[in-house]
Formats: sequence, C-alpha cells, structure tokens
Amino acid sequence: MIVISKDSMGIIREQDVVPFRSRVKEYATKIGMSLVNQTKLITAASELVRNMLKYANGGIVTLEIISKNGISGVRLTFEDKGPGIKDIQLAMKDGFSTGRSLGLGLPGTKRLVNEFDIKSVPGEGTTVTITHWKNGR
Amino acid sequence: MKKATAQAVKKNKIQILENWMKFQLTDEGLRDDLMNNEELHAQSVLLLDALIRAMETGETLHASSREFDPIRDVLGEISVMRARRGYSPRETASFVLSLKQSLFDAIEKEYKKEPESLYKEIIAVNNILDALSIFTFEAFLKGREEIILRQTDEINEISTPVIRVWEGILALPIIGTLDSARTQIVMENLLQEIVATNSSIAILDISGVPAVDSLVAQHLIKTVSATRLMGAECIISGIRAEIAQTIVHLGIDLSNIKTKASLASALRVAFDMMNVEVKKVDRRSNILLK
Repeated sequence: MIVISKDSMGIIREQDVVPFRSRVKEYATKIGMSLVNQTKLITAASELVRNMLKYANGGIVTLEIISKNGISGVRLTFEDKGPGIKDIQLAMKDGFSTGRSLGLGLPGTKRLVNEFDIKSVPGEGTTVTITHWKNGR
Repeated sequence: MKKATAQAVKKNKIQILENWMKFQLTDEGLRDDLMNNEELHAQSVLLLDALIRAMETGETLHASSREFDPIRDVLGEISVMRARRGYSPRETASFVLSLKQSLFDAIEKEYKKEPESLYKEIIAVNNILDALSIFTFEAFLKGREEIILRQTDEINEISTPVIRVWEGILALPIIGTLDSARTQIVMENLLQEIVATNSSIAILDISGVPAVDSLVAQHLIKTVSATRLMGAECIISGIRAEIAQTIVHLGIDLSNIKTKASLASALRVAFDMMNVEVKKVDRRSNILLK
C-alpha cells in the first residue's frame, strides 16, 4: 500500500464540519469514487467528526489518498485527546450512547466504510481510522 | 521615548500633517473613489492628535501600554469604517505606515546634533507605528467577522421558508446542513405556521441537504414528532438514492415516518390524505360535447 497524498485539518468548532466534509468530498471526487460511495464516506466522516466535537472538544483529522493493488482509496484518521472510550465493545453496539443521541455513530460508521479501526485509551484519547476504496469493496 | 520627541512632534504638527497628506494624496494607492479628501484629512488629524496625546503621557511607551487605549479606539473605528466601505486591510495599514516619513522628518530636525538619540527615538516611534498598523489588521478582521456573523443570521432566517402549497398543506424546503441551531429555527417556523394556517400536513423536503448523518436524522425525527404532537402529519421528501443507502447502512430507523423520493409524490400522498383529487381535464372535448 502506498500513500499518494496526505493532508491534515484541525477541527475545533461545529463550523469546521461543513468545510471538512467538502474537503472529504474533494478527495473522493479526485479518485473518481461513485456518488453512493462518496455519500457513504462523507456521512461516516461526518459522524466521526461530530463525535470528536461532542466528546473530545475537537481534534485533528488526517486525510490521505492511498493505493493498494492498483485500487485507490481515501483513508481518514481522526485523532483526539478526549476522555477516551472505556468499553469499546459496548460503544460499538447499536443504540448505545452516553450522550443522548441515537447511538448509531460508531456502529453505523463501521457499516458504511470498507475498513474501520478504533483505538482508545481512557484518559488519553481516541483514534479512529477509516478507509473507503474507490469501488466500495 | 524622550519628552523632547513628543514636543517636537507637537510643535511641528501642522508641518507633519501637511507632509503626510501630501504623501497620501500623491500615493498611487489613494482611493478617492471610497473617501473624499476632506474625510481623509479629518481621519488623519484624528489619528495624529491621538498619537501626540499618547506620546506626551509617558517616557517608557509601548504600543500595548494603557496610554495607547484612546488611539486604539480611534484606529479601531477608522479600520471598521474603512472595512465597511471596501478598503483592503493593506490600504488601511499603509494609511498608518505612511505617517512614518513625515514624523521621522520632524524628529530628525530635533536631534540633528545627537545621532545616537536620533537613532533611538526613530526606532521607538517606528515600533509604535508598526504595532499600530498591525492593530488595524486585527480591527479590520473584527469588522469583517461582525459582517459575516450578521450574514449567517440572515441566511438562517431566509433559508427556512415555510410555503403554503395548498389549503392545509405546508412545504418546507431545507437547503444546506441541518445542525442543532438550524433545526430549532425550522421547527419553530413550522409549528408556528401549522397553527397560523390551520394545516394538517407538512412536507419536509431534504433534497438540498448534502448529507444525512445520525445527528441530522435525529433532528428530523424530533421535528416529525413535534409536528405530530400538534396534530399534523409530516412527510419527508427528497430522499435521494445515495442518501437512502447511507441511511440503511447507518442503521437509522425511519420506518415510522412517511418518506417519499420527490416533493411531487409527497404532494400526491398529501392530496390523497385530504381526499383531494387532481384531474387532467380535456377542455376541447368538453366544448365539443356542448
């Protein structure tokens, strides 16, 4: 796997969500992702970025275009220094939320994208990495 | 800064002002389209007076010291006013910086025989004017930010219109991102309008919403429940194919809500619910029958 381009963006306010989403869309369009896959990726990114704002007061997102076996994709890494997640298994369950939301953010995001990885240390922060390939597989 | 410097500037005020004005008026970047010469003169006098007053007050003077508060006020007002008129921040900053030359000329005359003091005083005045010109940038940005905030409010106000499409049917086209503040406005407008027009059906059209994530969905569900509490039925229309797939993958349950792909089909459902029939009438055959 090779990284073709890399960029990062700080998210600190709710107003940063819209420019961030258009940035993700720009990346997805650049590699020729179809509309459905674009929407899936953007929605997943939107979920994670909202989580970051709500629970960790923001963080940094790294946007990358990567290529594996000749297929390109977009990889997004969401890093925050928030309170972290105590029980990741529980957080990945549909309908579980500590913040009175629908509780679909994390499990829903996992279903929307091709690859999903979450690491969290309570008290230190959370890192979520998602990858979506051009063909959506 | 020495007292003598402030006095020298005060003494030569008229000369300094004249030179400064001459410099500004002959400058290529003069915007006589945005401000006439009298006004420019008035602003220059205002700034120079405030500067002299600040210089007179203290020997150890920094641009951040309290003595400079009045001059910052004057400069802030000038910057904001210029921002509104369409001046670029560079033009406002060079307004301050162009004062340097004529000030230096006056100081030079005063310290002709003491090159060491001349150097020190020029550096001191220079630093102050630099700091003040940076301040105009900040003030300019602040002025712009106020304009942006006001526009955001205006956009929020006008971007959530409630349209009465038929007797008892309201339509609400939502364009842009649906965040908490926006939802609040949408909900308020909709509920108010339901009461005012005695409507029983509301159509929320989300064709213009770029992405529906779980937060947006939650806001939509809340709006629908509130509408139902008012005794009206709510239909969500404008669900595009890609949005439908995304909602399913996210696992959002919208099965309790009436949804349609287009505003037209939502309107048809609304007509059905109100027992209204829309028919195509062939006028020509009617005339022939008569």
